[in-house]
Amino acid sequence: MKINHFYIIAVMLCVSLISCKKDNYDPPKSKLSGRFVYKGEAINVEHDRVPFDIFEYGFGKVGAIVGNLTQDGMFSHLLFDGDYKFVVRPNQGPFLWPQTSGKADSISITVRGDQTLDINVMPYYMIRTPQIAKGGTGVTASFKVEKIITDAVNGKNIEKAFLYINKTQFVSGTNNIANTEMAGSAITDPNNITLSVAVPKISPTQNYVFARIGLKVAGVEDLIFSPLTKIQL
Amino acid sequence: MKKIFAITILSVFLGLAGCKKDSEFLNVQAFGILSADQVFSDNNQVISYLGDLYNRQVDITAFKYGWESFADFSEAVPATTGSALVNRNGWDFSTWGLWDYGYVRDLNLFIERAGEAKTLAEGDRNRFVSEARFLRANHYFELVKRMGGVPLITKSLLYDFSGDPTYLQQPRAKESEIYDFIISEAEAIKGLLPSDIREKSRATRGAVLAMEARAALYAASIAKYGVNTPSVSLPGGEIGIPASMAAGYYAKALKAAEEVITGTAGRYALYTKFQSDLGQNFANLFIDNTDKAGNPETIFFEDYKIRSGKTHGFTTNNQPRFGAEEEEGGRLNPSLNLVQEYELLDNTFAPLPIQDAGGNPIYYNSPLELFANRDPRLSGTVMLPSAFGRNRNTDIFAGYQLADGSVITGAERGALGTLPGISGQVQVVGLDGPLNSRDFVAQSGFYLRKFIDPAPGGGSRGTGSEVPWVRYRYAEVLLNAAEAAFELGQPGVAAGYMSQVRARAGFTVPLTGGQITFDRVVHERRVELAFEGHYLYDRKRWRIAHVVMDGTSMSVTDLLNNIGVANRKNTQPFGLWPYKIHDPGGANHNKWIFKIVKPSIVTGSNRFQLGNYYSFIDDNIRANNPKISRQPNQ
Repeated sequence: MKINHFYIIAVMLCVSLISCKKDNYDPPKSKLSGRFVYKGEAINVEHDRVPFDIFEYGFGKVGAIVGNLTQDGMFSHLLFDGDYKFVVRPNQGPFLWPQTSGKADSISITVRGDQTLDINVMPYYMIRTPQIAKGGTGVTASFKVEKIITDAVNGKNIEKAFLYINKTQFVSGTNNIANTEMAGSAITDPNNITLSVAVPKISPTQNYVFARIGLKVAGVEDLIFSPLTKIQL
Repeated sequence: MKKIFAITILSVFLGLAGCKKDSEFLNVQAFGILSADQVFSDNNQVISYLGDLYNRQVDITAFKYGWESFADFSEAVPATTGSALVNRNGWDFSTWGLWDYGYVRDLNLFIERAGEAKTLAEGDRNRFVSEARFLRANHYFELVKRMGGVPLITKSLLYDFSGDPTYLQQPRAKESEIYDFIISEAEAIKGLLPSDIREKSRATRGAVLAMEARAALYAASIAKYGVNTPSVSLPGGEIGIPASMAAGYYAKALKAAEEVITGTAGRYALYTKFQSDLGQNFANLFIDNTDKAGNPETIFFEDYKIRSGKTHGFTTNNQPRFGAEEEEGGRLNPSLNLVQEYELLDNTFAPLPIQDAGGNPIYYNSPLELFANRDPRLSGTVMLPSAFGRNRNTDIFAGYQLADGSVITGAERGALGTLPGISGQVQVVGLDGPLNSRDFVAQSGFYLRKFIDPAPGGGSRGTGSEVPWVRYRYAEVLLNAAEAAFELGQPGVAAGYMSQVRARAGFTVPLTGGQITFDRVVHERRVELAFEGHYLYDRKRWRIAHVVMDGTSMSVTDLLNNIGVANRKNTQPFGLWPYKIHDPGGANHNKWIFKIVKPSIVTGSNRFQLGNYYSFIDDNIRANNPKISRQPNQ
């Protein structure tokens, strides 16, 4: 039996010697992060609904690294150092991504270590000076909208304006406890829009809600939002 | 010496045996595998080969995919814990994806081999080949509905092992080209197939024409309504059909449907065998198994047969559970959203009258009074409270409401409780529910009746049900004709066809041409073809899916307004719970009231994104074949 023990120890020693060798790639370490902005101002969108693709050159099969924007228009990815292309597919997001004959243009990115990169896009509209506050038993928002893309080809009308409130800080058409809407045709003065919504009974009770204004542009699926506001009730 | 002799003799024999040539020695006929020549030498062999191909047909909703394939889109509440159908907020882009080219290859091989089989009689050969061509066209129809234009492969492809597979890479055909293929195949084979209305499981002339009518109608509506979703298209035409082609497709749809209606494929007719109870008549249309082949309405179905090994458990899964053969069922509960869509007999829409104008409850002597004067298809599709269900009346009530408005109820089906003024315990919840968040009870207040098999053993696990899965039936052909005629500007013709379906249902006043609108067309298909796998595809081709399922939660006001309007919101299923009044001495004692509830398991609201119109094509497929274009809006 002694011999057996000796063999076992010898084998384990050999195994451990071999496995000392590194056999894996290092994990990606370079962080590419940034925001989608228009003139330095973040584009607020719905959480997890606006995707973007990152392609790395010369690697395996053709396919994208897919990410989604956060609510406040941020993205981040851990990548290997290398050359990448960044692209948003057609008809995604409440903005106009440049295209050439129906195909989305890409941005070349060289990753060498951590990098912050703001991506400039042209939104159809921007929500300006949003004021969201408690009003009576509900929440009232007043804001302006500015039409950014005004040319006849790409300019689009407002389909609806929404005010959403939610218990958590994810606030959108999908995640809300109450909302109110106004048709685009009912907006008489884009510099003075007011929406208000009653706060329903929240269970379990909490004395605050989160609110955002959303703007649906005709023919564009994704809404553009105002920054998140926390309202103490 | 003896030993040496024996060894010598043995080795001589071995040497003789070993003289056989190696190639001959290895060439042994397999006993387990038939060659193509052998298979195509005998009709029965070919039929069993074909049987496999029939069994591999793909549907969006069918018994073989389980009850959950019926329960989506807020047409039902799934009464099981944690069902994703009601707690998610939409669908992945890959949902409903289909890329089954293995089946296409097997069909192509069958068509090629059967076409070359000289030992078969010519008539038989033509029929076999035409059946496979029907299945292939039907499969391409299923592909185009889900994926848009796909590579159109009509021959078996063979790889030459040269290391370069590019010659096998086919780009996607235009969406219209796939529909054109289906229509031209149908035209080519319809004369080669029998016009036999008693043949339901194999392709017939009727089945081919029904497929052609439906396919042409789909293509037409995509062409017409595609303008509402301009981004759902690809520049190469793989997705989207030009609006100019709409009229041509509608005309083809009408022509194919009218060929069935005029009887060139056999005298199909609506099922009217049970005139004394029209709700029962509508239910029997699907479950009358005494003479399945004699049912004049069904055109093409997937058959099941008890004691044959091919049965299904749809009845077991969805029957009212109490007292059923297995004490199992109750999974699919039709929603109030669907129930209230059934019209009044005077052809008008109205919510179920549970409250008066002042918001006070309306009291009924029996629960069925609430549903009086409704389209009889309602009671044929849905088991209503206290109405005839599976071999007995249902017992559905949520509790007793006292004079002060408080409710006495229990936590189990048929739970006992005490009522004021009554000594001892009484049953305070129906034996069939409803109970909130309890599995397998009527969480919506209703059970499904369509397809539920009343035959003894039909609801047991061991025996199972032999109710066939109907893929094409005559009423749908009539509705296809009505829709095509309406879109072609022939409202009188449309009203004629639609009124046939409605008259069978039990409406006595036919619709006039002026009353046929797009909303009417949409409504009629929703109630007549409920749970038959049309809801999603219809809303996709009319391009209203993203409007109907916009992802916002529904209020009771949303539920009750605009009933019968095509693009009204339908994102969350609701229920309707009956209560009994306990108020001894009061005017309403023992009467019934109803309350609208949103079951607490309904936490998500369906959002159909523009990217859901055509399902995601997997990255691997596109990496292997760079000619495949990506779907729009994904």
